[in-house]
Amino acid sequence: MLLPDFIKNFEAEFPDLTPGTLSPQTVFKQLDSWNSMQALIFIAMIDSKYNVTLTAENLHDCNTITDLFTLVQNKVKAKANS
Amino acid sequence: MFTISGINLSSLAVAVPAHKISNHNYPFATVKEKDLFIKTTGIENRRIAPEGLTASDLCFEAARKLHDKIPAGCDDIGVLIFVSQTPDYLIPPTAIRLQHRLGLPKSCIALDINLGCSGYVYGLSIVASMMKSSGAKKGLLLVGDVSSSVVSSSDKSTAPIFSDAGSATILESSAEENRIHFSLHNDGEGFQAIHIPDGGMRSKFSSASLEYHKISEGIERNPTHLIMNGVDVFNFSLREVAPDAKSLLHYCGKKNKDIDYFIFHQANLLMNEAIRKKLDIPSEKVPYSLHDFGNTSSASIPLTLVTQLADILRNKKLSLMLCGFGVGLSWGTALLETDKINCLPLIEI
Repeated sequence: MLLPDFIKNFEAEFPDLTPGTLSPQTVFKQLDSWNSMQALIFIAMIDSKYNVTLTAENLHDCNTITDLFTLVQNKVKAKANS
Repeated sequence: MFTISGINLSSLAVAVPAHKISNHNYPFATVKEKDLFIKTTGIENRRIAPEGLTASDLCFEAARKLHDKIPAGCDDIGVLIFVSQTPDYLIPPTAIRLQHRLGLPKSCIALDINLGCSGYVYGLSIVASMMKSSGAKKGLLLVGDVSSSVVSSSDKSTAPIFSDAGSATILESSAEENRIHFSLHNDGEGFQAIHIPDGGMRSKFSSASLEYHKISEGIERNPTHLIMNGVDVFNFSLREVAPDAKSLLHYCGKKNKDIDYFIFHQANLLMNEAIRKKLDIPSEKVPYSLHDFGNTSSASIPLTLVTQLADILRNKKLSLMLCGFGVGLSWGTALLETDKINCLPLIEI
């Protein structure tokens, strides 16, 4: 699981975003297109591509793309070890 | 999981309000939000009951049309179950009024079941079980909701999703060893994922129940309105539905290829497609009625059957898997065969 791929997957779910505009430090909640519907789309993408579930609390606790990446990475590792 | 033998689904009819609403005209969201909503949920149009038209009225019309078209098919009904979360009154049960309106005998068992999106699957199991235990030759399952009456029109997280419909399904006892397989589950820990705070005995209706609260931009409601925690419902559905369907297939010794159609509760396109992909089912086996009828709660499975599969239901023998999931939290899966059933065209009132 690599951060650049994660960012590409994130950008692919946001039709308004030009690919390559997000960085690891981007605060995703400040994106114009981030809203509750987009959050569900993101959760569905993570479930589909990484087979882990994100809760509303998980998203609330994250600010940057790196935060999200770390969260998903930890969940993937925990699932693999369980 | 369990199996009920010797019961057939023989007839089906669904009624919807004639009044159509387009989500493009929803006033409490921006054009961009509406476009994303329609693309993501798959819900462009909905049917909304006018004031005074209840779920029981829609179910009644569906049952009445069945009686008009196939009068012999409606004789000997010994069980009537009305599944709804929008009954006519808190007291008495709506099913008993429907028993009288439909001219069914006083010996006909009649009762209400309070379930939503899983209600059709649960209703089939209850009618079939009661037919077996009572010896009734036929059972009538009436399932429907006017969810538009319990959502706030100024809540963009619920109002553009829900739509109204009522259905009537006749089950018949049969000498054949026809089997319906069921898997039924609940998880009360998630009771607040979809709920209406006020109006029951836990939090009685009061003047404060009518005070509107602004939750966020585009979401205003009062405590008599339905609240839905979208993420919780989404995660519950992703977690439970596909494994349950797989378990029932395994229990029956079947594989995906043995099933002609998988009929999911019409929650929203994003969720349903995620479930379809988890089950590795080809899209042509998963019909949708979401685009024109939205999420019709308990009626969404029969509505999808009638609007998407009527001809094939009338003319072929089919193996169907039905998956209902939602409020409760509650979920249920049924696997059954139908053989050239009476399926009426969609009724509009």
